Amino acid sequence: MKSFDILVVGAGIVGSAVARECALLGWQVGVVSGGTLAGSATAAGMGHVVVMDDSPAQLALTAYSQSLWHQLAAHLPKSAEYEGCGTIWVAADDEDMVQVPAKHALYARFGIETNILSAAQLAHAEPNLRRGLIGGLLVPADGIVYPPAVASYFLAEATRLGAEIFPARAVSAAHGEVRLNTGAVLAADRIVLAVGADCKLLPALPIQRRKGHLAITDRYPGFVRHQLVELGYLKSAHTLTEDSVAFNIQPRQTGQLLIGSSRQYGSTGPEIEPEMLRRMLDRAIEYMPSLDNLSSLRTWTGFRAATPDKLPCIGSASGLSDDATLWLATGFEGLGITNAPGAARLLVAAMTAQTPAIDVTPYLPARMKAQVSMPYA
Amino acid sequence: MPETLALKINGQLVEVPSGTSVAAALLIASQPFRLSVIGEPRAALCGMGICFECRAVVNGRAHRRTCQLFCEAGMTVETNL
Repeated sequence: MKSFDILVVGAGIVGSAVARECALLGWQVGVVSGGTLAGSATAAGMGHVVVMDDSPAQLALTAYSQSLWHQLAAHLPKSAEYEGCGTIWVAADDEDMVQVPAKHALYARFGIETNILSAAQLAHAEPNLRRGLIGGLLVPADGIVYPPAVASYFLAEATRLGAEIFPARAVSAAHGEVRLNTGAVLAADRIVLAVGADCKLLPALPIQRRKGHLAITDRYPGFVRHQLVELGYLKSAHTLTEDSVAFNIQPRQTGQLLIGSSRQYGSTGPEIEPEMLRRMLDRAIEYMPSLDNLSSLRTWTGFRAATPDKLPCIGSASGLSDDATLWLATGFEGLGITNAPGAARLLVAAMTAQTPAIDVTPYLPARMKAQVSMPYA
Repeated sequence: MPETLALKINGQLVEVPSGTSVAAALLIASQPFRLSVIGEPRAALCGMGICFECRAVVNGRAHRRTCQLFCEAGMTVETNL
């Protein structure tokens, strides 16, 4: 039986980041991935590296991860399409605008510089937004990436340092053993589940699949300059029960525009739902009327791995499993891309008994024990 | 004599018989329809709206399939430079 210091199950951006971090320690690393590498939520998402303030713990993790992205940026291959284009949170009405100075002050406490934009400054920064918007908040240090290329870079770094990739599905992963559907059995001191919304290997994980739609347009260079998100986004992202849409648009290096976003529970099939797509695009056109004149090339869906408290599971599986070899890095909802570098560092710190860069208590999987029975609509 | 109309292709006034597709007008004017990502000039290929090779900027709107549009008097057609 082949033996490793660590086996990572899942090769999305989180699993790949963990594999690289462990390989950098000089560990013997194995990565098990059944489907296309980084072919699930990592390939479906937008690739927005964004500091989010929906809770203090989320703000701490996204701010920490963003600082790691800044360090990574110089090393990423061109294919990763890293752009420090910044985010503008767009205020449509007075209620939105009230949030702007509060958000500015909160971000400042975490060392994140932001600029408050007046209506005129917003119109100047993004001429295709509709007239009559109240203002916004620019977060210059946010960025965008092409996530599958980043995951591929992380994995290439790991394999360069000796990691081995097993293109097979894990049928079980517990007590230091991972059994593959090929019949092979691998052994390791530690197993990390970085499986996104696919929780079959640990059914005790209270993770729900939260469906999202995206559309991508033809090339319109300069049409949008920053990632634009409506300030109502948090209201949309926060609701646990209802289907929701929010204006969220991203300029790609190619001049193409990625248009989001939608959130749905209970819809488990990957098919496009015309009604949700219509609502999502109508919302985008409400903020940016001339979008209506652009051609869309493709639409698709993906599934976020959502936990009841909106925070990821990073750390020992203790509390959800009596298996001391089992670790988790999953449940990132819409922030798996942003948080992958931070999660990998925090997980490795926990596994090597080092002091982590930020307090990991809010992300410990054990907190989920009490929430296993928490109802979802 | 068929009726004719005039449109502007990359700044040049071009006269074509009415009922001419914009793609045909671009060919008559010997203009590239668009430039590819690496700067290669492109022109209509399928002529039936499937291949998207014939896209050009029509009346300020990018990525119009010119084989699917008829010329109109006063129309502006531009290669996406």
